[in-house]
Amino acid sequence: METSLPWIILLSPLASAVLILLFAHRSKPLSVLLSLTAVFAAFGSTLLLFSSHSVVQTSATWIDLGPALHLTIGLKIDALTRVMLLVVTGIGALVHVYSTVYMAEDDGKARFFGSLSLFMFSMLGIVLADNLAMMFIFWELVGVSSFLLIGHWFTKPSAAKAANKAFLANRVGDFGFMSGILLVWAATGSVEFAGIQENLAKLTVNPSLLTLAGLCLFCGAVGKSAQVPLHVWLPDAMEGPTPVSALIHAATMVAAGVYMLARIFFILEPSPVALGVIAAVGAVTAVLAALMATQQDDIKRILAYSTLSQLGLMVAGIGVGAWGASMFHLFTHAFFKALLFLGSGAVIHALHHEQNIWKMGGLRRTMPKTFITFVIGTLALTGTPGLAGFFSKDAILLAAWHKSAFIFGAALFTSLLTAYYMTRLVVVAFFGEAWTPNAKHGHDCPPAMTVPLMILAVLSVISGYKFFAGSIFGEELFHSVHAAEHVSLVPILAVSVFSIGTAGAWFLYNGRSKDPVKIPLFRNKFYIDELYASLIAGTQDLLASFSSWFDHFILDGVIVRGISGLTWGVGYTLRLLQFSNLQGYAFLFGTGVVILFYMLIK
Amino acid sequence: MLTILLLIPIVTAAALFLGKGNRSWAKASALLQLGITLLVWFGYDQSKAGYQFVSQTDALFPGLDLRYSVGVDGLSLLMLLLTALVTVAAVWFSPNMPANNRAGLFDGSVLLISAGATGAFVAKDLFFFYAFHELALIPTFLLIGLWGSGERQAVAWKITIYLGVGSIILLTGLVDLFLAIPAASRSFDLQKLQEVAASHLIPAAAQVRPWLLLTVGFGILVSLFPFHSWAAPAYACAPTPVAMLHSGVLKKFGLYGMVRLAVPFLPQAFHQPVWGTWTAQDLLLAALLGNIIYVGLVTIAQRKLDYVIGYSSVMHMGYVFLGIASLNIIGLSGACLLMFSHGLSVAALFAITGAIREREGSLNFERLGGAAKSVPFLSVAFAMAAFASIGLPGFSNFASETMVFFGGFKDGATGFLKTSTVFALWGVLISAVYMLRSYKAVFLGEPTASSLKWTDLHGTARFALALLPVALLLGGFFPHYFLGFLKPTLEAALR
Repeated sequence: METSLPWIILLSPLASAVLILLFAHRSKPLSVLLSLTAVFAAFGSTLLLFSSHSVVQTSATWIDLGPALHLTIGLKIDALTRVMLLVVTGIGALVHVYSTVYMAEDDGKARFFGSLSLFMFSMLGIVLADNLAMMFIFWELVGVSSFLLIGHWFTKPSAAKAANKAFLANRVGDFGFMSGILLVWAATGSVEFAGIQENLAKLTVNPSLLTLAGLCLFCGAVGKSAQVPLHVWLPDAMEGPTPVSALIHAATMVAAGVYMLARIFFILEPSPVALGVIAAVGAVTAVLAALMATQQDDIKRILAYSTLSQLGLMVAGIGVGAWGASMFHLFTHAFFKALLFLGSGAVIHALHHEQNIWKMGGLRRTMPKTFITFVIGTLALTGTPGLAGFFSKDAILLAAWHKSAFIFGAALFTSLLTAYYMTRLVVVAFFGEAWTPNAKHGHDCPPAMTVPLMILAVLSVISGYKFFAGSIFGEELFHSVHAAEHVSLVPILAVSVFSIGTAGAWFLYNGRSKDPVKIPLFRNKFYIDELYASLIAGTQDLLASFSSWFDHFILDGVIVRGISGLTWGVGYTLRLLQFSNLQGYAFLFGTGVVILFYMLIK
Repeated sequence: MLTILLLIPIVTAAALFLGKGNRSWAKASALLQLGITLLVWFGYDQSKAGYQFVSQTDALFPGLDLRYSVGVDGLSLLMLLLTALVTVAAVWFSPNMPANNRAGLFDGSVLLISAGATGAFVAKDLFFFYAFHELALIPTFLLIGLWGSGERQAVAWKITIYLGVGSIILLTGLVDLFLAIPAASRSFDLQKLQEVAASHLIPAAAQVRPWLLLTVGFGILVSLFPFHSWAAPAYACAPTPVAMLHSGVLKKFGLYGMVRLAVPFLPQAFHQPVWGTWTAQDLLLAALLGNIIYVGLVTIAQRKLDYVIGYSSVMHMGYVFLGIASLNIIGLSGACLLMFSHGLSVAALFAITGAIREREGSLNFERLGGAAKSVPFLSVAFAMAAFASIGLPGFSNFASETMVFFGGFKDGATGFLKTSTVFALWGVLISAVYMLRSYKAVFLGEPTASSLKWTDLHGTARFALALLPVALLLGGFFPHYFLGFLKPTLEAALR
């Protein structure tokens, strides 16, 4: 039973995806039924796994070339896996339920649920993987399911473009990831986490090689978790339906980078250089993305930049060695960020696809359930004492405090900005008056949408407390969450920046119908997208056009003409004899055979 | 059994040439070919290495060990399966034409290409191995010259010169290799030759010249950089089934030859200096990086679907060569599985390209868009084949490329081999750029007025096309099963 549970978790969404593709792609109710069954089967099996705390391992051969190479689809359940499984299947189940209503009118509903099941399969594969090769397989598969879901409304050019952008940015990261896997394999002879760890202890591996390998693997996380400089795909990914943004682009897939880093922490640990780079990239992402968030007007984009920023915080946490704290923040963030996205989805749904916060306003009166849950999510995210985000952020801040003033400062500044932009969002969208006629028609959504909001709101409060998180993380893992020594100054600082940010935004934005602050640099995301667009257009396409020209005129011209020249005699004879191609060919063939026989028999 | 397999398309082709029968005969022949191939596949005993299903005549000439002789081992079996699968799809995707003698000529020629490829893969005799491939080229030229689109005469002439020269260099290489073997051990029988190869009778220094001749000869046939420029225009111009069969199956002959001959006979040549300090392996790596990086960039610059697919097929040959160049069991297994996988994915892509050409007339990206709305089946099939070809996990291309990459990093790999592998990894990104761009240009975005009127694929053609991605998925999920066939053969080649 114990070894079959992981397979049930992994394979039931795959079965659902395949069945929908083959038989249910025309039937909305059937596809919903299949998809829901699969996700609840996975969720139920996950709960059963919590009945014991033992490590479960099971595997099937994928490639076997004897001692030269043996790659498996190996599933391993330990404390870290359990946490992630619960996040993925739990939030997955809520998002599935929510989507039944959110996507009710959509023509592509069956396709949507099929893709969602494919995503669940891929994501669970990452979580369950006991080796790097398998993790990479599913890593790429979440990329493709994310591609499908971002491009769900594929007739919209912006959605099609965003889907491609996401896939390609991830592939840039995956290039590094695969290089890292190869380096690790060449150095240790294994791709399994346990095997690598064992062999690293036994062998003396060149430390700079290990640093390089660690950084290469980190590239994978940079792509998937949208860290600078590959962050550009995540805001555009908001073109996908909102439930997708909640599940994939906030709670689970984008957090996979952090999970991966936590898994391979033993490879990174010996290398101060690798850890330093990781901390710096995370901190820079946290601050830059938070700055960008302060000037966005699209409700989903604000949340997307916020996600970037929070992921940056988690990555920075890994960089300062606090992988337990990062996992804790991943855990709490999954709940409140999913809540915020689903809440924004409720608003968008009620206001007929309006996403601009300046065209909302006053929604606290017309959408009370959405409002209350959204505020709880906001308070949890901004680090209000007593809610989940406060505890998990505190764990990262503490670790940073002991390690590096720069990282600590960046994290603190990020907290300030987080409080600021989230308050701005809530004040503009929910307080004040309805700024447009459309906004007056706000209304709470049906229970299938509001109940998941309420459940997530409860989790956003309790998931930071030891009685809840501790029982899910397990004794040992939860201990590593709070590895850093407690310093009372850190929470005091955290609460003061939270208060400054919240109060600042409240006074600036309360009652305003237009943005009083205009900072083009932030609004335009530091012009990084434009920079990339021109770089790509300027170099890659130029290079491509040049190669094409060279191929056509030089290689083709010179070589073909050269060969024609060589075979001039033959060609001339052929033309003299008015041979067609076929005869010409038969002639060459015949000549060859004659030469062959001559040489053999002479 | 193998002779029957060979005779089915030949006899059907002969009947079609004589004006008997129609397209359904060709379809029946292709299905029969697939059926018999599957019988051989499941009848093959994996636990035994070496050739099975052998049948042969006496020596054809006194004093020369040359005979009609056929048999299969794991590698040729995989190629046979590829041939049979692509043949079925190719026959179903042949353009509609008025029922007259010329239609029979078309269908018959298509079957002859398949027969030639089958012959080359089952040949257990060096001479027939070569001759069957040449035989398959003749209908290829014919079909392009008579039914091609665009500048079909010029293209047909160009590939005749190109492939003709390639074949002659190859022939010279084969003779040179043959003569390099001590006289007492010479034979045309591939099985006997394999034993000869295992005893390493050719001195390292003498291996270089035949290696170069074989690599250039096979290389031209496989469009190894810089001998690649014939391929994309030829595929763009060729009728759909020809593009499918040539790029998918016939082109693999050159790679198959490299694995059959260059690897077992001339392994030391790989490490011999050829040009300054450059070893033969280094030269091959430089050439294949040309395929992967340079041709990859050329592919990005293309603005027509048929050219993108054509160049992409050239590009992906670089990965197969990389697996061969690594000269170890991992890379070689990857290379051979990739031949199979690439053949299926590129055939599917050309099939769909042909279907679009029939519906639209133009393959310019500017004139296409949003077709997923009206032709969802084609759209899903294209997406699967495209994702397979860019190495997405789940498809056997990924499993193969993974092995190629691991092969490039196996201990003993030179610095240049490892560097090339990293470049090849970067190439995976390049292929994603052009494939996603193509998919978006044709199927996503605002539907064009004319694409809304397209009719989706229906009837049995759906099954014929679906065979290819289904086989790719099987290979991707269970590469282990396919490797069971390949491993003994390749281990023998590397002995």
